[in-house]
Amino acid sequence: MLKTEPFILNIGPQHPSTHGVFRLRATMDGEIMTDVEPVFGYLHRGLEKLMEGRTYKENIPLTDRLDYVSAINNNWPYVLALEELAGISVPARAEYIRVIMGELQRIASHLLAIGSLMNDMGAFYTPFMYMFREREKILDLFSMVTGQRLLYNFMRFGGVSHDFPAEFLPALDKLLRTLPGFLDEYDALLAENEVLLGRTKGVGRLSAEMAINASVSGPVLRGSGVRWDIRKASPYSVYDHLEFDIPVGTIGDTYDRYRVRMAEMRESIHLIRQATQQLPAGKTMNNVPLRFRPPRGEAYAQVEAPRGALGCYLVSDGSETPYRCHFRAPAFLNLSALKEMLIGQKLSDAIIIFGSIDISMGEVDR
Amino acid sequence: MEVAPSNHLRTFELEREEGAIIESLRALSRERLPDPNAWLDGELKRNVLTTTLDAALNWARAASLWPNICFTACCTFEVIATSSSRFDIARFGMEVLRASPRQADLMITAGTLTWKMAPQIRRLYDQMAEPKWVIGMGACGITGGIFRGSYSVVPGYNHIIPVDVYLPGCPPRPESLLNAVEMLRKKIKRSSARASR
Amino acid sequence: MKLPALPELACSLGAEIDPSGSGLIVQPEKLLETARHLKETPGLDFTYLDMITAVDYPDNFEIIYRFLSLKRNEAVIIRTRVDKENASVPSISPLWRGADYQEREIYDLFGIAFAGHPNLRRIMLWEGFKGYPLRKDYQGNA
Repeated sequence: MLKTEPFILNIGPQHPSTHGVFRLRATMDGEIMTDVEPVFGYLHRGLEKLMEGRTYKENIPLTDRLDYVSAINNNWPYVLALEELAGISVPARAEYIRVIMGELQRIASHLLAIGSLMNDMGAFYTPFMYMFREREKILDLFSMVTGQRLLYNFMRFGGVSHDFPAEFLPALDKLLRTLPGFLDEYDALLAENEVLLGRTKGVGRLSAEMAINASVSGPVLRGSGVRWDIRKASPYSVYDHLEFDIPVGTIGDTYDRYRVRMAEMRESIHLIRQATQQLPAGKTMNNVPLRFRPPRGEAYAQVEAPRGALGCYLVSDGSETPYRCHFRAPAFLNLSALKEMLIGQKLSDAIIIFGSIDISMGEVDR
Repeated sequence: MEVAPSNHLRTFELEREEGAIIESLRALSRERLPDPNAWLDGELKRNVLTTTLDAALNWARAASLWPNICFTACCTFEVIATSSSRFDIARFGMEVLRASPRQADLMITAGTLTWKMAPQIRRLYDQMAEPKWVIGMGACGITGGIFRGSYSVVPGYNHIIPVDVYLPGCPPRPESLLNAVEMLRKKIKRSSARASR
Repeated sequence: MKLPALPELACSLGAEIDPSGSGLIVQPEKLLETARHLKETPGLDFTYLDMITAVDYPDNFEIIYRFLSLKRNEAVIIRTRVDKENASVPSISPLWRGADYQEREIYDLFGIAFAGHPNLRRIMLWEGFKGYPLRKDYQGNA
């Protein structure tokens, strides 16, 4: 019998498959992981402290940079919390615009998640290129409205910064007609693919009980079979006027998380269709004083971002700057369950499991 | 349901050492960089000419820059978008994003740099083979951008490594990244093969 | 999302209701007991820890816990206040895996210790960093 001893393997922060500057210190027994310890903070920019020094309006672009692949969904909890705190109402048209943009952002973000999952699986760059093809079409729509491709600074307390230009809705309609075809194409290429099934089925299982215990949210929680979505549980904006399903997985393995994301994109298309049909006319911004001072108090608002339940806890002392602003970052909390998923797995599977959580370091470290 | 406690105390020493490295780099960045060419005699610089070789080498170097993966934050997605089919950085012979710094000669600093990440970036730069260039991409890469003044953000990559081309924007569009690459190519074509940093 | 019946909850826990009406205020020493009660009492089922955060008020630190009951779609906020000198609260990480990193983050940025945490050390910043940046009296620059 050969004598072996465990060794510590360092992965990251500079590594092609860590999705940013994430670092993992793994204790290995041969090829099997026996213990993992994530090391955070390589992108800790002190965002919450910076927010305390800037006015409420100046903070909106900072929230964009939390999770930089779903910037619109990051503005949302911040403006919701502020609207709740100061009692600002939002015009109906602005609410629908928020939903349309937020769901488009969800599709763009999930495309990226699946693309990089395939990348981690060894299908280097080809699926990624396919996903980027569609993502670019969505980014075109975003730059039509906001002028930016990645970080839009789009939402305001009391509305949104821009109304849709005249050419937007026809372009959106065209995209919505072609997008399901592309998703079918991915399904045809991937869903029954032998390599994908072999590498994801039963890999990185997370039980529903553990997922709840570890404060996991979003597609990872739903992949474990828990039907929990903030859009249904406490509907914000106009989600209570729209119909949609919550796709869930069965056993919580990597394949289930992949399927949940694919299904969520279809639900998002369905949601955008309804929202464009119901889109009312009117203004997109209510008047908010230039030197805006919300009353003393605190508010907590939560939205369903692509990575899970993104919350914003805001404390105001009645001045022009927030007293404290904390973000409940879903990607950070989803990593709490990393240990459960990784221990006992092979190193090559660990990268895939990690990819299926789909983190964004800007949000993890803040 | 109870959660079993974990024990990671043995890695604590490691982290203290890493912290010491960060602090020393922080102190070092406040000092002026010495001029590496100071040893070259002025006469020597003026008298040695390598014109034809220069032209040939620079042509080769400028035509196939291989970027290193230095993907710290938001600008990453614009670099990836540039390398994907729509903007197609392959036209410039630089579609191969190298994960290993030893196979790369261009660093595109895509994102905010924090002090915790700084030793790693410095090490990546040191491991790249000469000649090497750096494009300081995005507002964070130039001055710290929107995060300037934070307790943990490095106010610009040039506190850690020398930067050749500064590319403003938050984030810059892929077109402007291509423009920066074009500027760098012009710079490479102007440079002398003998000149080192 | 609904609020649970706060007066009954406050009565059974011996806590007071927060003036804003969003939850309860408990003493730090009763925190673990409260959390266990919320989690394990049938009919409450606050099995999901949504968020932990802290605020540096002029007189004390306030630590805020938000619990969710996925079954009953209810949310409750539990607050506890500690003095600034040697601030310490009991850790709830034995009950929730999700509390582990959040408590470390608060320890890192506020300097509030969590008694009973298995691995309490800096998470976002590096070892050797001086001060606790999210405190209001933090003086430091880049």
